[in-house]
Amino acid sequence: MKKNNRQAYLFIAPFVIVFLTFNIYPIFLTLYYSLTNYSGMGGIDQADFVGFNNYVRLFSDRYFYQAFFNTIRIWGLNFVVQMLIALGLALLFSDIRLKLKGIGLFRALFYLPNIITIASVALLFSILLDWNHGGLNQMMLSLGLIDRPINWLNSPVYAQSAVALIGAWMWFGNSFIVLLAGISGISKDFYEAALIDGATWLQSFKYITIPQLKPILLYVLITSIIGGLQIFDLPMLLTDGNGSPQGALNTMVLYLYNQAFKYNNFGYAATIAYGLFFITVAFSAITFRTMYRKQV
Amino acid sequence: MNKMKIARVIIYIFLIVLVIVCFIPFYMMIVNATRPNSEILRGFTLIPGDALLDNYDTLTSYMDVWTGFRNSLLVAVSVTVLNAYFSALTAFALVVYEFKWKNAIFVTFIVMMMVPGQLGLLGLYDLSETLGILDTYWPLIIPAIAAPFTVFFFRQFLITTMPISILEAGRIDGASEIGMFHRIVLPILMPAIATMGIFTFIGSWNNYLVPLVIIRTPRLFTLPVMMGALSGSPVAMNLGAMYLGIAISVVPIMVAFLFLSKYIISSITAGSVKG
Repeated sequence: MKKNNRQAYLFIAPFVIVFLTFNIYPIFLTLYYSLTNYSGMGGIDQADFVGFNNYVRLFSDRYFYQAFFNTIRIWGLNFVVQMLIALGLALLFSDIRLKLKGIGLFRALFYLPNIITIASVALLFSILLDWNHGGLNQMMLSLGLIDRPINWLNSPVYAQSAVALIGAWMWFGNSFIVLLAGISGISKDFYEAALIDGATWLQSFKYITIPQLKPILLYVLITSIIGGLQIFDLPMLLTDGNGSPQGALNTMVLYLYNQAFKYNNFGYAATIAYGLFFITVAFSAITFRTMYRKQV
Repeated sequence: MNKMKIARVIIYIFLIVLVIVCFIPFYMMIVNATRPNSEILRGFTLIPGDALLDNYDTLTSYMDVWTGFRNSLLVAVSVTVLNAYFSALTAFALVVYEFKWKNAIFVTFIVMMMVPGQLGLLGLYDLSETLGILDTYWPLIIPAIAAPFTVFFFRQFLITTMPISILEAGRIDGASEIGMFHRIVLPILMPAIATMGIFTFIGSWNNYLVPLVIIRTPRLFTLPVMMGALSGSPVAMNLGAMYLGIAISVVPIMVAFLFLSKYIISSITAGSVKG
Protein backbone atom coordinates (compact mmCIF):
# COMPACT_ATOMS: atom_id res chain seq x y z
CA MET A 1 0.00 0.00 0.00
CA LYS A 2 1.32 3.35 -0.99
CA LYS A 3 0.75 6.29 1.20
CA ASN A 4 -0.29 9.75 0.15
CA ASN A 5 1.92 11.93 2.22
CA ARG A 6 2.74 15.59 2.14
CA GLN A 7 6.27 14.86 3.22
CA ALA A 8 6.82 13.36 -0.23
CA TYR A 9 6.89 16.88 -1.64
CA LEU A 10 9.46 17.83 0.96
CA PHE A 11 11.62 14.84 0.01
CA ILE A 12 11.66 15.58 -3.69
CA ALA A 13 11.90 19.36 -3.23
CA PRO A 14 15.75 19.54 -3.24
CA PHE A 15 15.90 17.50 -6.41
CA VAL A 16 13.19 19.47 -8.17
CA ILE A 17 14.56 22.88 -7.17
CA VAL A 18 18.14 22.08 -8.18
CA PHE A 19 16.98 20.29 -11.31
CA LEU A 20 14.94 23.26 -12.47
CA THR A 21 17.61 25.81 -11.53
CA PHE A 22 20.82 24.10 -12.63
CA ASN A 23 19.59 21.75 -15.34
CA ILE A 24 16.44 22.96 -17.08
CA TYR A 25 16.89 26.71 -16.73
CA PRO A 26 20.45 26.74 -18.23
CA ILE A 27 19.17 24.71 -21.18
CA PHE A 28 16.49 27.30 -21.93
CA LEU A 29 18.95 30.10 -21.25
CA THR A 30 21.27 28.56 -23.82
CA LEU A 31 18.34 28.31 -26.25
CA TYR A 32 17.65 31.99 -25.76
CA TYR A 33 21.33 32.91 -26.31
CA SER A 34 21.29 30.99 -29.56
CA LEU A 35 18.74 33.52 -30.83
CA THR A 36 20.90 36.54 -29.91
CA ASN A 37 24.30 37.98 -30.78
CA TYR A 38 25.35 37.85 -27.11
CA SER A 39 29.13 38.08 -26.73
CA GLY A 40 29.26 36.47 -23.30
CA MET A 41 30.37 39.63 -21.57
CA GLY A 42 28.54 42.61 -20.12
CA GLY A 43 25.22 40.88 -19.55
CA ILE A 44 22.56 39.56 -21.87
CA ASP A 45 20.68 42.91 -21.89
CA GLN A 46 23.36 44.38 -24.15
CA ALA A 47 22.77 41.72 -26.81
CA ASP A 48 20.33 41.97 -29.71
CA PHE A 49 17.71 39.42 -30.64
CA VAL A 50 18.64 38.10 -34.07
CA GLY A 51 16.05 35.37 -34.64
CA PHE A 52 17.35 32.34 -36.47
CA ASN A 53 20.38 34.13 -37.96
CA ASN A 54 22.80 31.98 -35.95
CA TYR A 55 21.13 28.81 -37.18
CA VAL A 56 21.36 30.01 -40.79
CA ARG A 57 25.03 30.73 -40.15
CA LEU A 58 25.52 27.26 -38.65
CA PHE A 59 24.23 25.60 -41.80
CA SER A 60 26.69 27.48 -43.99
CA ASP A 61 29.65 27.46 -41.57
CA ARG A 62 32.41 25.39 -43.13
CA TYR A 63 34.21 25.13 -39.78
CA PHE A 64 31.14 23.56 -38.24
CA TYR A 65 30.96 21.05 -41.10
CA GLN A 66 34.67 20.45 -40.63
CA ALA A 67 34.09 19.89 -36.91
CA PHE A 68 31.19 17.57 -37.64
CA PHE A 69 33.13 15.40 -40.09
CA ASN A 70 36.25 15.39 -37.89
CA THR A 71 34.14 14.21 -34.96
CA ILE A 72 32.49 11.49 -37.05
CA ARG A 73 35.80 10.28 -38.52
CA ILE A 74 37.46 10.14 -35.12
CA TRP A 75 34.47 8.39 -33.56
CA GLY A 76 34.13 5.97 -36.48
CA LEU A 77 37.73 4.76 -36.42
CA ASN A 78 37.66 4.62 -32.63
CA PHE A 79 34.48 2.56 -32.63
CA VAL A 80 35.61 0.06 -35.26
CA VAL A 81 38.95 -0.62 -33.56
CA GLN A 82 37.42 -0.70 -30.11
CA MET A 83 34.65 -3.12 -31.12
CA LEU A 84 36.95 -5.45 -33.07
CA ILE A 85 39.18 -5.88 -30.04
CA ALA A 86 36.33 -5.99 -27.54
CA LEU A 87 34.20 -8.46 -29.49
CA GLY A 88 37.23 -10.62 -30.26
CA LEU A 89 38.18 -10.77 -26.61
CA ALA A 90 34.61 -11.40 -25.50
CA LEU A 91 34.32 -14.32 -27.93
CA LEU A 92 37.63 -15.79 -26.75
CA PHE A 93 36.75 -15.56 -23.09
CA SER A 94 33.23 -16.93 -23.55
CA ASP A 95 34.33 -19.90 -25.66
CA ILE A 96 33.31 -23.06 -23.84
CA ARG A 97 36.00 -25.21 -25.47
CA LEU A 98 38.91 -22.87 -24.79
CA LYS A 99 38.10 -22.37 -21.09
CA LEU A 100 40.52 -19.46 -20.67
CA LYS A 101 41.61 -18.66 -17.14
CA GLY A 102 42.31 -15.32 -15.52
CA ILE A 103 39.21 -13.53 -16.79
CA GLY A 104 39.11 -11.37 -13.67
CA LEU A 105 42.72 -10.23 -14.03
CA PHE A 106 42.50 -9.49 -17.77
CA ARG A 107 39.22 -7.66 -17.40
CA ALA A 108 40.75 -5.41 -14.75
CA LEU A 109 43.92 -4.77 -16.76
CA PHE A 110 42.06 -3.97 -19.96
CA TYR A 111 39.60 -1.74 -18.15
CA LEU A 112 42.18 0.32 -16.27
CA PRO A 113 42.87 3.00 -18.94
CA ASN A 114 39.18 3.87 -18.81
CA ILE A 115 39.32 5.40 -15.33
CA ILE A 116 42.40 7.55 -15.90
CA THR A 117 41.76 11.28 -16.22
CA ILE A 118 41.48 12.03 -19.95
CA ALA A 119 43.21 15.38 -19.48
CA SER A 120 46.26 13.55 -18.08
CA VAL A 121 46.13 10.97 -20.86
CA ALA A 122 45.99 13.73 -23.49
CA LEU A 123 48.94 15.52 -21.94
CA LEU A 124 50.90 12.28 -21.69
CA PHE A 125 50.37 11.49 -25.36
CA SER A 126 51.09 15.06 -26.41
CA ILE A 127 54.66 14.53 -25.19
CA LEU A 128 54.92 10.83 -26.10
CA LEU A 129 53.97 11.72 -29.70
CA ASP A 130 56.27 14.73 -29.82
CA TRP A 131 58.31 14.92 -33.02
CA ASN A 132 61.80 15.50 -31.63
CA HIS A 133 61.84 14.07 -28.16
CA GLY A 134 58.67 12.01 -27.96
CA GLY A 135 58.86 8.52 -26.52
CA LEU A 136 57.15 6.86 -29.48
CA ASN A 137 59.59 8.16 -32.09
CA GLN A 138 62.56 7.40 -29.82
CA MET A 139 61.31 3.86 -29.28
CA MET A 140 60.58 3.22 -32.96
CA LEU A 141 63.97 4.67 -33.95
CA SER A 142 65.88 2.51 -31.51
CA LEU A 143 63.96 -0.58 -32.64
CA GLY A 144 64.78 0.31 -36.24
CA LEU A 145 61.12 0.53 -37.28
CA ILE A 146 61.64 3.99 -38.79
CA ASP A 147 64.81 5.77 -39.83
CA ARG A 148 63.75 9.32 -39.13
CA PRO A 149 61.24 10.77 -36.67
CA ILE A 150 57.63 11.10 -37.83
CA ASN A 151 55.86 14.33 -36.99
CA TRP A 152 52.71 12.61 -35.73
CA LEU A 153 50.87 15.64 -34.45
CA ASN A 154 51.60 17.73 -37.51
CA SER A 155 49.76 15.42 -39.89
CA PRO A 156 45.94 15.57 -40.00
CA VAL A 157 45.61 11.84 -40.67
CA TYR A 158 48.02 10.79 -37.93
CA ALA A 159 46.60 13.26 -35.43
CA GLN A 160 43.01 12.13 -36.00
CA SER A 161 44.07 8.49 -35.91
CA ALA A 162 45.96 9.16 -32.68
CA VAL A 163 42.84 10.58 -31.02
CA ALA A 164 40.75 7.67 -32.30
CA LEU A 165 43.24 5.04 -31.17
CA ILE A 166 43.78 6.63 -27.75
CA GLY A 167 40.00 6.60 -27.42
CA ALA A 168 39.86 2.95 -28.47
CA TRP A 169 42.61 2.14 -25.97
CA MET A 170 40.61 3.80 -23.20
CA TRP A 171 37.27 2.20 -24.09
CA PHE A 172 37.78 -1.29 -25.45
CA GLY A 173 38.03 -2.73 -21.93
CA ASN A 174 34.66 -1.27 -21.03
CA SER A 175 33.01 -2.62 -24.19
CA PHE A 176 34.70 -5.98 -23.65
CA ILE A 177 33.23 -6.32 -20.17
CA VAL A 178 29.75 -5.35 -21.32
CA LEU A 179 29.84 -7.65 -24.36
CA LEU A 180 31.23 -10.55 -22.34
CA ALA A 181 28.42 -10.18 -19.83
CA GLY A 182 25.97 -10.12 -22.72
CA ILE A 183 27.38 -13.24 -24.35
CA SER A 184 27.52 -15.10 -21.05
CA GLY A 185 23.80 -14.35 -20.68
CA ILE A 186 22.90 -16.22 -23.88
CA SER A 187 21.45 -19.62 -23.10
CA LYS A 188 23.87 -22.52 -23.80
CA ASP A 189 20.93 -24.55 -25.17
CA PHE A 190 20.98 -22.50 -28.36
CA TYR A 191 24.57 -23.45 -29.05
CA GLU A 192 24.09 -27.11 -28.16
CA ALA A 193 21.05 -27.34 -30.44
CA ALA A 194 23.04 -25.68 -33.23
CA LEU A 195 25.90 -28.11 -32.66
CA ILE A 196 23.55 -31.08 -32.96
CA ASP A 197 22.17 -29.61 -36.19
CA GLY A 198 25.72 -29.47 -37.50
CA ALA A 199 26.12 -25.69 -37.52
CA THR A 200 29.62 -24.27 -37.98
CA TRP A 201 31.16 -21.82 -35.54
CA LEU A 202 30.53 -18.97 -37.98
CA GLN A 203 26.87 -19.94 -38.36
CA SER A 204 26.32 -20.01 -34.60
CA PHE A 205 28.01 -16.64 -34.36
CA LYS A 206 25.89 -15.13 -37.10
CA TYR A 207 22.53 -16.67 -36.22
CA ILE A 208 22.74 -16.97 -32.45
CA THR A 209 25.35 -14.68 -30.90
CA ILE A 210 24.73 -11.53 -32.95
CA PRO A 211 20.89 -11.55 -32.81
CA GLN A 212 20.89 -12.44 -29.10
CA LEU A 213 23.41 -9.71 -28.42
CA LYS A 214 21.42 -7.03 -30.20
CA PRO A 215 20.17 -5.11 -27.15
CA ILE A 216 23.68 -5.03 -25.71
CA LEU A 217 25.19 -3.97 -29.03
CA LEU A 218 22.58 -1.23 -29.25
CA TYR A 219 23.50 -0.06 -25.74
CA VAL A 220 27.22 -0.01 -26.55
CA LEU A 221 26.62 1.73 -29.87
CA ILE A 222 24.32 4.44 -28.52
CA THR A 223 26.45 5.26 -25.47
CA SER A 224 29.49 5.33 -27.73
CA ILE A 225 27.82 7.71 -30.19
CA ILE A 226 26.62 10.06 -27.48
CA GLY A 227 30.05 10.09 -25.83
CA GLY A 228 31.93 10.22 -29.13
CA LEU A 229 30.03 13.22 -30.45
CA GLN A 230 31.02 15.11 -27.31
CA ILE A 231 34.74 14.43 -27.53
CA PHE A 232 36.65 17.42 -26.16
CA ASP A 233 39.46 16.73 -23.68
CA LEU A 234 41.70 14.78 -26.06
CA PRO A 235 41.59 17.13 -29.09
CA MET A 236 41.80 20.12 -26.76
CA LEU A 237 44.98 19.02 -24.99
CA LEU A 238 46.75 16.86 -27.56
CA THR A 239 47.68 19.87 -29.70
CA ASP A 240 47.27 23.63 -29.29
CA GLY A 241 43.57 23.64 -28.40
CA ASN A 242 42.63 25.33 -31.67
CA GLY A 243 42.20 22.11 -33.63
CA SER A 244 45.76 21.88 -35.04
CA PRO A 245 47.08 20.38 -37.28
CA GLN A 246 45.19 22.13 -40.09
CA GLY A 247 41.91 21.97 -38.24
CA ALA A 248 42.00 18.18 -38.10
CA LEU A 249 41.27 18.08 -34.36
CA ASN A 250 38.57 20.73 -34.50
CA THR A 251 35.68 18.74 -33.01
CA MET A 252 32.18 20.02 -32.34
CA VAL A 253 32.54 20.61 -28.61
CA LEU A 254 36.01 22.11 -29.07
CA TYR A 255 34.52 24.48 -31.64
CA LEU A 256 31.73 25.33 -29.19
CA TYR A 257 34.23 26.02 -26.40
CA ASN A 258 36.49 28.18 -28.59
CA GLN A 259 33.58 30.20 -29.99
CA ALA A 260 32.25 30.86 -26.49
CA PHE A 261 35.39 31.45 -24.49
CA LYS A 262 38.12 32.42 -26.97
CA TYR A 263 36.21 34.44 -29.57
CA ASN A 264 33.41 35.72 -27.32
CA ASN A 265 30.62 34.53 -29.59
CA PHE A 266 28.37 33.23 -26.84
CA GLY A 267 25.23 33.42 -28.96
CA TYR A 268 26.74 31.45 -31.79
CA ALA A 269 28.34 28.93 -29.42
CA ALA A 270 24.86 28.34 -27.96
CA THR A 271 23.66 27.59 -31.48
CA ILE A 272 26.47 25.05 -31.88
CA ALA A 273 25.34 23.42 -28.62
CA TYR A 274 21.83 23.01 -30.04
CA GLY A 275 23.21 21.81 -33.37
CA LEU A 276 25.16 19.15 -31.47
CA PHE A 277 22.06 18.21 -29.51
CA PHE A 278 19.94 17.68 -32.64
CA ILE A 279 22.71 15.69 -34.28
CA THR A 280 22.96 13.46 -31.20
CA VAL A 281 19.21 12.86 -31.14
CA ALA A 282 19.16 12.14 -34.88
CA PHE A 283 22.04 9.67 -34.68
CA SER A 284 20.57 7.84 -31.71
CA ALA A 285 17.19 7.62 -33.41
CA ILE A 286 18.68 6.34 -36.68
CA THR A 287 20.75 3.73 -34.83
CA PHE A 288 17.74 2.59 -32.87
CA ARG A 289 15.58 2.27 -35.97
CA THR A 290 18.11 0.48 -38.15
CA MET A 291 18.88 -2.04 -35.46
CA TYR A 292 15.28 -2.86 -34.72
CA ARG A 293 13.73 -2.70 -38.18
CA LYS A 294 14.80 -6.17 -39.21
CA GLN A 295 13.68 -7.75 -36.00
CA VAL A 296 11.13 -10.52 -36.42
CA MET B 1 42.99 -32.19 -27.52
CA ASN B 2 46.53 -31.09 -28.24
CA LYS B 3 45.30 -28.59 -30.79
CA MET B 4 43.31 -26.85 -28.05
CA LYS B 5 46.40 -26.59 -25.91
CA ILE B 6 48.40 -24.89 -28.66
CA ALA B 7 45.54 -22.53 -29.41
CA ARG B 8 45.35 -21.65 -25.74
CA VAL B 9 49.07 -20.88 -25.53
CA ILE B 10 48.89 -18.64 -28.61
CA ILE B 11 45.90 -16.81 -27.18
CA TYR B 12 47.62 -16.26 -23.85
CA ILE B 13 50.68 -14.86 -25.61
CA PHE B 14 48.44 -12.55 -27.61
CA LEU B 15 46.66 -11.41 -24.44
CA ILE B 16 49.93 -10.71 -22.66
CA VAL B 17 51.18 -8.69 -25.65
CA LEU B 18 47.94 -6.72 -25.56
CA VAL B 19 48.41 -6.02 -21.85
CA ILE B 20 51.98 -4.85 -22.50
CA VAL B 21 50.84 -2.54 -25.30
CA CYS B 22 48.18 -1.15 -22.97
CA PHE B 23 50.67 -0.42 -20.24
CA ILE B 24 53.66 0.86 -22.21
CA PRO B 25 52.41 4.48 -22.12
CA PHE B 26 52.09 4.33 -18.33
CA TYR B 27 55.43 2.60 -17.95
CA MET B 28 57.20 5.19 -20.10
CA MET B 29 55.53 7.91 -18.04
CA ILE B 30 56.82 6.45 -14.77
CA VAL B 31 60.33 5.83 -16.10
CA ASN B 32 60.62 9.28 -17.64
CA ALA B 33 59.34 10.87 -14.44
CA THR B 34 62.58 9.69 -12.81
CA ARG B 35 64.95 10.84 -15.58
CA PRO B 36 66.57 14.26 -16.05
CA ASN B 37 65.41 16.33 -18.99
CA SER B 38 68.77 16.12 -20.81
CA GLU B 39 68.61 12.33 -20.84
CA ILE B 40 65.02 12.20 -22.01
CA LEU B 41 65.95 14.43 -24.94
CA ARG B 42 68.75 12.07 -25.92
CA GLY B 43 66.77 8.87 -26.16
CA PHE B 44 64.50 6.30 -24.69
CA THR B 45 65.07 3.59 -22.14
CA LEU B 46 63.02 1.30 -19.95
CA ILE B 47 65.38 1.71 -16.98
CA PRO B 48 64.45 4.35 -14.38
CA GLY B 49 66.81 7.27 -13.73
CA ASP B 50 67.75 9.09 -10.53
CA ALA B 51 66.29 12.56 -11.09
CA LEU B 52 62.94 12.00 -9.39
CA LEU B 53 63.55 14.53 -6.63
CA ASP B 54 64.96 17.17 -9.01
CA ASN B 55 61.92 16.77 -11.24
CA TYR B 56 59.69 17.05 -8.20
CA ASP B 57 61.35 20.32 -7.20
CA THR B 58 61.02 21.74 -10.72
CA LEU B 59 57.37 20.75 -10.85
CA THR B 60 56.35 22.02 -7.43
CA SER B 61 58.28 25.29 -7.82
CA TYR B 62 55.79 26.18 -10.51
CA MET B 63 52.65 24.24 -9.73
CA ASP B 64 51.23 22.90 -6.51
CA VAL B 65 49.93 19.53 -7.71
CA TRP B 66 48.93 18.46 -4.23
CA THR B 67 46.60 21.44 -3.93
CA GLY B 68 45.05 20.33 -7.20
CA PHE B 69 44.75 16.89 -5.68
CA ARG B 70 43.02 18.25 -2.59
CA ASN B 71 40.70 20.40 -4.71
CA SER B 72 39.70 17.49 -6.89
CA LEU B 73 39.14 15.34 -3.83
CA LEU B 74 36.99 18.00 -2.15
CA VAL B 75 34.82 18.42 -5.24
CA ALA B 76 34.55 14.71 -6.04
CA VAL B 77 33.68 13.70 -2.45
CA SER B 78 31.07 16.44 -2.12
CA VAL B 79 29.55 15.52 -5.47
CA THR B 80 29.46 11.82 -4.59
CA VAL B 81 27.86 12.36 -1.17
CA LEU B 82 25.23 14.84 -2.38
CA ASN B 83 24.46 12.72 -5.42
CA ALA B 84 23.95 9.59 -3.31
CA TYR B 85 21.95 11.18 -0.51
CA PHE B 86 19.52 13.26 -2.53
CA SER B 87 19.06 10.69 -5.26
CA ALA B 88 18.18 8.14 -2.59
CA LEU B 89 15.74 10.56 -0.98
CA THR B 90 14.08 11.31 -4.31
CA ALA B 91 13.91 7.65 -5.31
CA PHE B 92 12.43 6.83 -1.89
CA ALA B 93 9.68 9.42 -2.37
CA LEU B 94 8.96 8.16 -5.89
CA VAL B 95 8.64 4.55 -4.78
CA VAL B 96 6.80 4.91 -1.48
CA TYR B 97 4.33 7.73 -1.98
CA GLU B 98 1.56 8.72 -4.33
CA PHE B 99 1.52 12.37 -5.27
CA LYS B 100 0.67 14.75 -8.08
CA TRP B 101 3.03 15.02 -11.05
CA LYS B 102 4.77 11.83 -10.04
CA ASN B 103 4.63 10.34 -13.51
CA ALA B 104 5.46 13.66 -15.16
CA ILE B 105 8.60 13.90 -13.03
CA PHE B 106 9.56 10.36 -13.92
CA VAL B 107 9.12 10.90 -17.66
CA THR B 108 11.19 14.09 -17.44
CA PHE B 109 14.00 12.03 -15.93
CA ILE B 110 14.07 9.58 -18.79
CA VAL B 111 14.13 12.38 -21.34
CA MET B 112 16.84 14.29 -19.47
CA MET B 113 19.12 11.24 -19.34
CA MET B 114 19.49 11.56 -23.12
CA VAL B 115 20.42 15.24 -23.10
CA PRO B 116 24.17 15.84 -23.43
CA GLY B 117 25.71 17.94 -20.67
CA GLN B 118 27.06 20.51 -23.10
CA LEU B 119 23.55 21.72 -23.89
CA GLY B 120 23.25 23.71 -20.69
CA LEU B 121 26.93 24.54 -20.25
CA LEU B 122 26.78 28.14 -21.46
CA GLY B 123 23.61 28.74 -19.48
CA LEU B 124 25.23 27.28 -16.37
CA TYR B 125 28.22 29.57 -16.84
CA ASP B 126 26.03 32.65 -17.10
CA LEU B 127 23.75 31.58 -14.27
CA SER B 128 26.80 31.14 -12.06
CA GLU B 129 27.96 34.62 -12.99
CA THR B 130 24.54 36.06 -12.14
CA LEU B 131 24.48 34.24 -8.81
CA GLY B 132 28.04 35.40 -8.06
CA ILE B 133 29.32 31.81 -7.74
CA LEU B 134 31.58 31.81 -10.78
CA ASP B 135 35.12 30.79 -9.84
CA THR B 136 33.84 28.80 -6.85
CA TYR B 137 33.07 25.10 -6.48
CA TRP B 138 29.32 25.61 -6.06
CA PRO B 139 28.45 25.25 -9.77
CA LEU B 140 30.40 21.99 -9.80
CA ILE B 141 28.89 20.58 -6.63
CA ILE B 142 25.25 21.73 -6.34
CA PRO B 143 24.00 20.16 -9.61
CA ALA B 144 24.92 16.75 -8.14
CA ILE B 145 21.77 17.00 -6.00
CA ALA B 146 19.69 16.45 -9.15
CA ALA B 147 21.06 13.40 -10.97
CA PRO B 148 18.26 11.73 -12.96
CA PHE B 149 20.27 8.65 -13.84
CA THR B 150 21.16 7.87 -10.24
CA VAL B 151 17.56 8.39 -9.14
CA PHE B 152 16.40 6.08 -11.90
CA PHE B 153 18.91 3.41 -10.84
CA PHE B 154 17.99 3.69 -7.15
CA ARG B 155 14.29 3.58 -7.97
CA GLN B 156 14.66 0.32 -9.88
CA PHE B 157 16.76 -1.07 -7.04
CA LEU B 158 14.23 -0.11 -4.35
CA ILE B 159 11.30 -1.52 -6.31
CA THR B 160 12.95 -4.93 -6.49
CA THR B 161 14.53 -5.13 -3.05
CA MET B 162 12.49 -3.14 -0.53
CA PRO B 163 9.32 -4.67 0.93
CA ILE B 164 6.83 -1.86 1.60
CA SER B 165 5.59 -3.82 4.63
CA ILE B 166 8.83 -3.01 6.42
CA LEU B 167 7.86 0.68 6.31
CA GLU B 168 4.34 -0.04 7.53
CA ALA B 169 5.77 -1.92 10.47
CA GLY B 170 7.98 1.08 11.14
CA ARG B 171 5.02 3.45 11.05
CA ILE B 172 3.12 1.34 13.56
CA ASP B 173 6.15 1.54 15.83
CA GLY B 174 5.90 5.32 15.54
CA ALA B 175 8.95 6.01 13.39
CA SER B 176 8.97 9.24 11.40
CA GLU B 177 9.13 9.05 7.60
CA ILE B 178 12.54 10.70 7.36
CA GLY B 179 13.77 8.53 10.24
CA MET B 180 12.75 5.42 8.32
CA PHE B 181 14.54 6.75 5.28
CA HIS B 182 17.73 7.07 7.29
CA ARG B 183 17.47 3.87 9.28
CA ILE B 184 15.79 1.48 6.85
CA VAL B 185 15.96 2.70 3.26
CA LEU B 186 19.54 3.98 3.13
CA PRO B 187 21.01 0.71 4.46
CA ILE B 188 18.95 -1.28 1.95
CA LEU B 189 20.22 0.97 -0.84
CA MET B 190 23.88 0.65 0.16
CA PRO B 191 24.98 -1.74 -2.62
CA ALA B 192 23.38 0.53 -5.23
CA ILE B 193 24.93 3.60 -3.59
CA ALA B 194 28.37 1.99 -3.77
CA THR B 195 27.89 1.09 -7.43
CA MET B 196 26.78 4.54 -8.50
CA GLY B 197 29.13 6.25 -6.06
CA ILE B 198 32.25 4.85 -7.67
CA PHE B 199 31.19 6.07 -11.10
CA THR B 200 30.03 9.43 -9.83
CA PHE B 201 33.37 9.88 -8.08
CA ILE B 202 35.42 8.90 -11.13
CA GLY B 203 33.26 11.08 -13.37
CA SER B 204 33.73 14.11 -11.16
CA TRP B 205 37.43 13.44 -10.62
CA ASN B 206 38.04 13.27 -14.37
CA ASN B 207 35.75 16.13 -15.38
CA TYR B 208 37.66 18.70 -17.37
CA LEU B 209 35.28 20.87 -19.38
CA VAL B 210 33.01 22.22 -16.62
CA PRO B 211 35.77 23.19 -14.13
CA LEU B 212 37.76 24.63 -17.05
CA VAL B 213 34.85 26.96 -17.77
CA ILE B 214 33.91 27.74 -14.16
CA ILE B 215 37.24 28.01 -12.28
CA ARG B 216 39.60 30.91 -13.04
CA THR B 217 41.86 31.15 -9.96
CA PRO B 218 44.87 28.78 -10.33
CA ARG B 219 44.79 28.04 -6.59
CA LEU B 220 41.30 26.56 -7.06
CA PHE B 221 42.16 24.45 -10.12
CA THR B 222 41.11 20.82 -10.00
CA LEU B 223 43.66 18.26 -11.15
CA PRO B 224 42.50 17.94 -14.80
CA VAL B 225 42.45 21.73 -15.22
CA MET B 226 45.90 21.89 -13.65
CA MET B 227 47.10 19.28 -16.15
CA GLY B 228 45.71 21.38 -18.97
CA ALA B 229 47.51 24.45 -17.62
CA LEU B 230 50.75 22.47 -17.33
CA SER B 231 51.15 22.07 -21.09
CA GLY B 232 51.53 25.79 -21.73
CA SER B 233 53.61 26.49 -18.62
CA PRO B 234 57.38 26.80 -18.05
CA VAL B 235 57.33 23.25 -16.65
CA ALA B 236 56.81 22.03 -20.24
CA MET B 237 60.47 22.92 -20.86
CA ASN B 238 61.47 20.12 -18.51
CA LEU B 239 60.00 16.88 -19.81
CA GLY B 240 60.98 14.92 -16.70
CA ALA B 241 58.95 17.29 -14.55
CA MET B 242 56.07 17.09 -17.02
CA TYR B 243 56.01 13.30 -16.89
CA LEU B 244 56.15 13.45 -13.10
CA GLY B 245 53.22 15.88 -12.96
CA ILE B 246 51.15 13.56 -15.13
CA ALA B 247 52.26 10.53 -13.09
CA ILE B 248 51.16 12.20 -9.85
CA SER B 249 47.70 12.73 -11.34
CA VAL B 250 47.47 9.16 -12.62
CA VAL B 251 49.18 6.77 -10.20
CA PRO B 252 46.91 7.28 -7.13
CA ILE B 253 43.86 6.46 -9.25
CA MET B 254 45.60 3.34 -10.54
CA VAL B 255 46.39 2.24 -7.00
CA ALA B 256 42.81 2.88 -5.89
CA PHE B 257 41.64 0.83 -8.86
CA LEU B 258 43.77 -2.13 -7.77
CA PHE B 259 41.77 -2.33 -4.56
CA LEU B 260 38.36 -1.62 -6.05
CA SER B 261 38.62 -3.28 -9.46
CA LYS B 262 36.44 -6.28 -8.65
CA TYR B 263 33.72 -4.01 -7.43
CA ILE B 264 34.01 -1.54 -10.29
CA ILE B 265 33.89 -4.22 -12.95
CA SER B 266 30.82 -5.94 -11.60
CA SER B 267 29.17 -2.50 -11.56
CA ILE B 268 29.83 -1.78 -15.22
CA THR B 269 27.45 -4.46 -16.35
CA ALA B 270 24.78 -3.41 -13.86
CA GLY B 271 23.77 -0.51 -16.08
CA SER B 272 23.61 -2.47 -19.30
CA VAL B 273 22.70 -6.07 -18.68
CA LYS B 274 19.51 -6.87 -16.88
CA GLY B 275 19.29 -10.11 -14.97
